[in-house]
Amino acid sequence: MSPTNIFAPVSTPADSIFGLSIFVLLNVAAIFIVVFALLAYVVVRFRNKRSDDQKEPAQIYGSTQVELAWTVIPVLIVLALFLASARVIASIQDPPRPRGALQVIVTGHQYWWEYRYPSLNIVTANELHVPVSDPAHPTPTFLTLLSADTDHSFWVPRLAGKTDLIPNHPNQMWIDPHEPGLFLGQCAQYCGTQHAKMLLRVYVQPRDEFERWVHEQQQSPQAGTLSDGQRVFESTACVNCHTISGTPAKGRFGPDLTHLMSRATIAAGAAPNTSQILRLWIKNPDAIKPGSKMPAMGLNDQDLDALTAYLETLH
Amino acid sequence: MSTTTIAISELPAARPFTLRLHDWVTTVDHKRLGILYILFALVFLIVGGIEATIMRWQLVRPHNDLVSPEVFNRMFTMHGTTMIFFVAMPLVFGFANYLVPLMIGARDMAFPRLNAFSFWMTALGGIFLYFSFLGGDGLYGAGSAPDVGWFAYAPLTAKTFSVGHSTDFWTLSLLSSGIGSIGTAINIIATILCMRCPGMTLGKMPLLVWLNLVMAGLVILVVSPLSAAQIMLLIDRYLGGHFFDTQAGGSAVIWMHFFWIFGHPEVYVLALPAFAFASEIIPVFSRKAIFGYPVMVLATIAIGFIGMSVWAHHMFTVGMSAGANTFFVLSTMAIAVPTGIKIFNWLATMWGGKIRFAAPMLFCVAFLFQFLVAGLTGVTLAVAPLDWQLGNSYYVVAHFHYVIVGGILFCIFGAFYYWFPKASGKMLNETLGKLHFWLFTIGFHLTFDFMHVPGLLGMPRRIYTYEPGRGWDTWNLLVTVGVLFQGAGILVFAFNLVWSYLRGKAAGNDPWDAWTLEWSTSSPPPVYNYAVIPVVRSRRPLWDLKHPEDLDWRYE
Repeated sequence: MSPTNIFAPVSTPADSIFGLSIFVLLNVAAIFIVVFALLAYVVVRFRNKRSDDQKEPAQIYGSTQVELAWTVIPVLIVLALFLASARVIASIQDPPRPRGALQVIVTGHQYWWEYRYPSLNIVTANELHVPVSDPAHPTPTFLTLLSADTDHSFWVPRLAGKTDLIPNHPNQMWIDPHEPGLFLGQCAQYCGTQHAKMLLRVYVQPRDEFERWVHEQQQSPQAGTLSDGQRVFESTACVNCHTISGTPAKGRFGPDLTHLMSRATIAAGAAPNTSQILRLWIKNPDAIKPGSKMPAMGLNDQDLDALTAYLETLH
Repeated sequence: MSTTTIAISELPAARPFTLRLHDWVTTVDHKRLGILYILFALVFLIVGGIEATIMRWQLVRPHNDLVSPEVFNRMFTMHGTTMIFFVAMPLVFGFANYLVPLMIGARDMAFPRLNAFSFWMTALGGIFLYFSFLGGDGLYGAGSAPDVGWFAYAPLTAKTFSVGHSTDFWTLSLLSSGIGSIGTAINIIATILCMRCPGMTLGKMPLLVWLNLVMAGLVILVVSPLSAAQIMLLIDRYLGGHFFDTQAGGSAVIWMHFFWIFGHPEVYVLALPAFAFASEIIPVFSRKAIFGYPVMVLATIAIGFIGMSVWAHHMFTVGMSAGANTFFVLSTMAIAVPTGIKIFNWLATMWGGKIRFAAPMLFCVAFLFQFLVAGLTGVTLAVAPLDWQLGNSYYVVAHFHYVIVGGILFCIFGAFYYWFPKASGKMLNETLGKLHFWLFTIGFHLTFDFMHVPGLLGMPRRIYTYEPGRGWDTWNLLVTVGVLFQGAGILVFAFNLVWSYLRGKAAGNDPWDAWTLEWSTSSPPPVYNYAVIPVVRSRRPLWDLKHPEDLDWRYE
C-alpha cells in the first residue's frame, strides 16, 4: 500500500477529510452514473439509422418544467455538499487546543525543513518527531508554519491536508496521530529547483520513546579535544550555514547538525544517512540533489575523511 | 466583358509568393486574421506538446534522469504558459474572429485594424516567451526559459530567486499578449453589439455568438488585473518596488489573488467558446433545434458572473480564514448548477433526434462524457477539505487537463472538422478524422484517467522525479504511454489538415445541411462575406429557407 495514500488516515484532520471525501464521492458517483446512463442511452437510441426516412425529426424548442427540474435538483445537491464541507472546515480550522498540546515551529527553506520546539528548546531538521495522541486524552501537535524564502507546503497525507508555508504569512495546522510509525510526505508547493527532493518524514512515537528522543536532543555535545574533522568544520565555510551547539558554528541557512547522527536521512530525505553518502554529499552535493543550496566544499580526501568522521560523532 | 473575367482569374496566379505572404502579414480581414490566429496556435500546440512529452518521458519511472531538474522546471512552466496563452486563447480568438461576423451577417469585425494589431501583439508575446531560451541569461549568465511555474508565485519571481531575464521575458510575453487579448475582446463585443444584420435581435443570435460575447466580457474583466500584476512585478524587479517582495515586507498572497482573479475566469474564457462550438454542432448533427435557448443564454451569463467570484478556491491551502474558505466552497459549487444545465440541454437536444456521427459530432459527444467527469472532479475539489489533500497534487493536474483537453480541446477539434470546409472549401477527410478521434480519445483516457490516481496517493505536481515505493510507478508509466497515442492522433490531424487542404473533396456552401448564416455564403467566403446583407427572422435562418412549411420564427 502507498505510504502517502489519502484514504488511509491516522490522525483527526485526515480522518474527517476522509469521511467527507466518501460522502462527496458517493454523491458525484451517483450523478455520474445517472447522467452517463442518459448520455449512453441517447447516443445509442437516437442514432440515425439507414432505414430512416429523410424527414427531419420533430423540432422541440424547450420546456420550462424540465429546465426547472434540472435546476432545482442540482441546487439541492450542492447545498448538501456545501453544508457537509462547512462543518468539516470549521472542525479542522478552529479546533480546541488541549493543555497537553505540543507546539512546533516549522520553517520551510529551499529545500529542507527546520523544526523548532520552543517549549522543549530543541532545534532539528527534516525529520519531525511527535508523540502519539491517545483519542481519550489527546496530545495533538500544533505546527506554526513559516518560510525563510519562497512558498512551500507541508503535506503528510495520512496525517492531515496540506497547508502552505508563505513568507510574511504565518500559518497554523495540527495533527494528532493515533498510532506510532513513520509517515511520509513532501513539499507540495513548487519552491524552486529541488522542490522534488524536499521530502517530509514524521516519526510518531509512543510517549516514553518520544520523551527519550527529547532528552537526547536536549544534550549538548561533549566538549573534548578538538578533532581534525572539527578543525576542518570550524575553519571552512561550513560554519556560515550550519549550527552545532556548543561550538562556534552558528549558521542558520542550513540544517542544525548538533544531532545529525540521530537522523536516518540527509538532504531532506533525499538519501540515507550513511558515512559513504555523507562523504559524497560534502564532496559533491549535486550527485545526490542537483540544485541544492549546499555548495561542493572542494576539500581534499584527507580533510573529507576527517570531516565525515567528525560529523559521525554528532549523536 | 470576357477579357475582364480572364484578367481577374489570372491575377492571383501571377502574384509571386512573397507578395501573397505580404498580403497575409498586412491583412485586416477577419477571416484571414482568424486563420492566422489558428495557424499560430497550431504551431505552439506542437511545441507545447513536445514539452509535455519531455516531462512525461522523465516521469516514466522513479529516479529517471532524462533531464535535469532545471530543464524539467522550465518545461512545465513553458508548457503551461504556452498552452494557455499561445494555444488555447489564440484558438478561441481565431474561431471567434472567423465565425462571429459571418454568423451575424456582417462584412468584418467592428475595428479591422485593431483586430490585426491584437493578433500581432499576441504573436509578439509568443516570440518574447520563446526568445527567453536565447536571451534569458542576459548579462548574468544565469537563467534560460522561465522556471517559475505558469502561475509564477511570488517571491520565486523576485530578483533574489530568479536571476537573469527569464522572468522578465515571461512577464513581457503575458503583458504583450494581454494587450492583444483585450483588444480582441473589445472588438468582439463591439462587433456583436453593433454589426448584427437586420432582424437579428440579441435573442435571435446563434448561441455561439452569445457565448463569445460573454467570453469577451470576461476577458476584459480578468486580463486587466493580470496585466496590472505583470506591471507591478516589473516595478518590483526594476524600479525597487515591493509589491510582492516578501523580503521587504511585500505580500506573496496578493500575487495569488491577482493571478487567480485572472486564472480561474480564464477557464471560462476558454470553456465558453468550447461550449459555443458544441452548441452549434450538436443541434445540426442531431437534426434538432437547440433545447432551451433562453436557458442556455441565462446559464452562460450566470457562469460569467459566478465565475468572477470563485478564484480563491485555488488558495484553499494558503491559510485563509474558515469563513473565507466556506464562502469560496459555496461560490465554486454554485457554478456546477449552470454548467449542469448546459449539459442537460445538450442532452435534451440530442433526445429524439437523428444523430449523425460524423467527426465533428464524435468529438462533441466525447466532450459531453469527459466534461461530465471534469465537472464532477471539479466538485470534489471545490470541497475545501478535499482540496487540502488534493490541491497541487496530480489529481488537480488530471482534473484541469480533463477540462482543457477532454472538454475544451475536444470541442475545438470538433470545430475544426465542422468549419474547415467553410474556411478552405474542402472537406477534411472523414476516415482520417475518425482515426484522429479514436487515437486521441484512447490516448486522452490512458493519460488523464490514470493521472488521478497518483494524486490520490499523495504525488504532488511539479516534481522532476519521485521516490520508488510510493505506489506511483505503474500509474505514471500508463500516463506516459497515453502520450504516445495522443501524439499519434495529433500527427494524423496535422496530416489531415494539409492533405485535405490540397486534395480534399470540394465542400460546397453547406456540406452539413446546417442552419446558421455562414453556410449561406460560398466556401471559402468572399472577402466581403455577403454580396447582399442577409435579413433574418429566426435563430435558424437557413432552416426557414429549407422548411417553408415549418418556420422557426413561428415557435420562438
